[in-house]
Amino acid sequence: MASLNDYLLVSGLLFAIGLAGVVVRRNIIVVFMCLELMLSAANLTLVAFSRFHPAANGLPDYNGQMLVFFVITVAAAEVAVGLAIIVALYRARQTIHTDDLTSLKG
Amino acid sequence: MNLAWILLFLPLAIAAANQLILKKTGLAPLLSTASALGTFALAVMLLGKNETSHFAWATLGDFSINIGIKLDQLSTGMMIVVTGIGLLVHVFSLAYMKEDEAKARYFTSLSLFMFSMTGIVLADNFIMTFIFWELVGLSSFLLIGHWYQKDSAADAAKKAFLCNRIGDFGFMVGILMLWGITGHLGFDQMKSGLAAFQAANPAIFSSVLSAAVLCIFCGAIGKSAQLPLHVWLPDAMEGPTPVSALIHAATMVAAGVYMLFRLQFTLGFEAFEALQASTVIAWTGGITALVAALMATQQNDIKRVLAYSTLSQLGYMVMAVGLVHGEAGMFHLFTHAWFKALLFLGSGAVIYACHHEQDIWKMGGLLKKMPVTGFTFLIGFAALIAVPYTSGFFSKEQILEAAHEKEPILFWIAAVVAVLTPFYMTRLYVVAFLGKNRSENASHAHEVGPLMLGPLVILAVLGVIAGFPFVASKFAPAYLQPEHLVHLGFVTYVSVGALAIGVLTGFMVYAGKEKDPISIPLLQNRFYIDGFYDNFIVRYFQDTLASIIAFFDEWVINGLIVNGLSRSAESLGNRFRLIQSGSLQGYAFVFGLGVLIVVYFIVFGR
Amino acid sequence: MPSYLFWLFSVIMLAGGAAVIAFRNPVASALSVVACFVGLAGLFIGLSAFFVGVIQILVYTGAVMVLFLFIIMLLDLKDEEKSAKPLVPIAAGIGLVAAFTMQLIGVLSRSPDTTAPALDAQTFTVAAAGFPASSKIATNLLSGKLPDVHLIGRTLFTQYNLPLQILGVLLLVATIGVVVLSKRQAD
Repeated sequence: MASLNDYLLVSGLLFAIGLAGVVVRRNIIVVFMCLELMLSAANLTLVAFSRFHPAANGLPDYNGQMLVFFVITVAAAEVAVGLAIIVALYRARQTIHTDDLTSLKG
Repeated sequence: MNLAWILLFLPLAIAAANQLILKKTGLAPLLSTASALGTFALAVMLLGKNETSHFAWATLGDFSINIGIKLDQLSTGMMIVVTGIGLLVHVFSLAYMKEDEAKARYFTSLSLFMFSMTGIVLADNFIMTFIFWELVGLSSFLLIGHWYQKDSAADAAKKAFLCNRIGDFGFMVGILMLWGITGHLGFDQMKSGLAAFQAANPAIFSSVLSAAVLCIFCGAIGKSAQLPLHVWLPDAMEGPTPVSALIHAATMVAAGVYMLFRLQFTLGFEAFEALQASTVIAWTGGITALVAALMATQQNDIKRVLAYSTLSQLGYMVMAVGLVHGEAGMFHLFTHAWFKALLFLGSGAVIYACHHEQDIWKMGGLLKKMPVTGFTFLIGFAALIAVPYTSGFFSKEQILEAAHEKEPILFWIAAVVAVLTPFYMTRLYVVAFLGKNRSENASHAHEVGPLMLGPLVILAVLGVIAGFPFVASKFAPAYLQPEHLVHLGFVTYVSVGALAIGVLTGFMVYAGKEKDPISIPLLQNRFYIDGFYDNFIVRYFQDTLASIIAFFDEWVINGLIVNGLSRSAESLGNRFRLIQSGSLQGYAFVFGLGVLIVVYFIVFGR
Repeated sequence: MPSYLFWLFSVIMLAGGAAVIAFRNPVASALSVVACFVGLAGLFIGLSAFFVGVIQILVYTGAVMVLFLFIIMLLDLKDEEKSAKPLVPIAAGIGLVAAFTMQLIGVLSRSPDTTAPALDAQTFTVAAAGFPASSKIATNLLSGKLPDVHLIGRTLFTQYNLPLQILGVLLLVATIGVVVLSKRQAD
């Protein structure tokens, strides 16, 4: 059985990969997907803690898994809305390349 | 005591009402005249009272600036002069300014002047005196420049105000010095403060007090038009003649003398006896009297002659104060007010009748055309040259006797002036009133209406009786009753002799002449003092200073500070604007970086 | 779960994640994400979080990623062009990741390492005492199985009932929002 720190290391690496993808990739849909990777890394951490710090009665502490449940649900809603926005953006600007989206330039 | 407060503030209320409410209607002149009548009645009622009362106007810690009223013989007597002449001038102006369009403004300024002059006379501390001093200067400015559309009038008003202002600077310094010496500003408390100072610093007492008195005298130099700052008074004749009568003959210019006498009265005459400042004051008065009399002999405008005559008589009063014989000066102020106002109002009637002609060489034979005016003018003339038993005679006698006692050289200077005065006045009378009509306007002159004649007659009567003790002891501000009415001594002989010489010479030179036989350019151009001030002081000092300040204002304050601040803000904003790159991932990167920094400080930091 | 399974699923997960960044074709990126999530689900199941693991496959992979693929294909996206290979974002990304990784290792080296507490029959018997004797949870526990779904259900509907209702409303709002946002502007 792997130890807690192994799980935390792995989830941290997944988060770092997601962060790198957000900064590096130019396609906005891929950026969005990397966001999902970051969220999933957080979920892994939560579940690991839920298992490794059990509740008083010896069973895993299900509060952590509750939070994971909520995170998954909210992430699903967020993806739906976000993709709708991207579609609207594509209809307005005909591009999903982030380098072309510069109207906020000061 | 409430009466005194009403006396002070009634003209102000009327002036405010005139200005704000009644500006365009014809009611303003009547309101002002009614207020003048009211204040005269109040002044008569307050005669002989002896009280003070005040309220604190501005407080700063335990120092407070008070507005207060001090009633004693000096102030109540002066109030009679101010309100009496004020009332007569208001009545005269009703007729004189009948056709003027800006009547309401004129009467508003007159009421404002009455308020300010009352404030100076009734003041019970120096700060209040100073405040009302400035207000009087302002009223004088407004009234001299009443016909401001004329350039000469506007310039004259400005000149008057500036000369007064220069004197007032010294005045302020003097007030502050006195405050420092005595520790008080109110007249009643000053004497004890002075005694304390003298006890504490006996060595420097005399020189410090001299310096303070000299600085205060600067205010009198400005206001009473003594020698260096006399240049504004002749130019002030640009104002309407009733104004000249009220302000520049009887009351405002006398304020300087009044203030000096009040100072002497407050600090005690003994303190003034040995001061060097007193000598300076006396000599300034004497020299002014002489120079002004000399300049008067060559002037052709009737009002200018009278203006220089006023300057000369003011010199007498200041000389008397300087000789620590202030009662004589104040008595002369009292009598001079009546007959000088009479002379000015008479000249106003003459000017009005000759359709605003002011050159005496274009008048002539007016005594036949305007008998009452001519006769009252003659009475005023007699009082001015000190014909025996007129009011002017008694007051001038007292001054000459004081000079004879204390400073013989000044006595002889005063005697020379006593020759010159009848000389130029005879010149004036002979040329303007006697002989043939010398111009169209003079031949069409006719007697003026009763509103103008009334004041003239009243003033003529006063000009005769005001010198006698039964009048003077009750009404005069300060009066030392002599043992004999006429003391037949050396002084009297000199003065009557001077009178005779002046009148005879005047008659011989000027009777029946068509134009001026004597012409002395130095006197005609008033010793070139005006030109000197203009070219040297105004052009060199004032203009260069003005250009330096203009440069500073435009380049340093406007360019460097104001514009500089705005431009630096703008450029700073431009630099910061570049942070908004508009790139989505740029923002994400910075966001992530920030989070990492925060995490670092929370987890690894102290 | 045995260590080798842990490392297997971790490698699948991390490789999928790296592939997301590496591929230029967006469809390939999406499929890499799917692979990553499958590995993640395996890790969940290894941690005895059965419900969460299955939900991960059902919802995340089955719904969310499919939605992504729908959109990619709707917008008819081409491969990202090879030109414009900007150096600055890549350097920034690498720098950021390096910093994060260093902080991660620093934290992990300081925190104490714990091993997994046992989930064996003894623990179950002890835990079963806390539940009513006739409930499914107790019977399952006493027969040596971890009733994961039942326990999650119990916690969700008792302690977290209000957040659950709010979540329902949130989903409703999201649905309406999506409908509004994707309406074509009627000219």
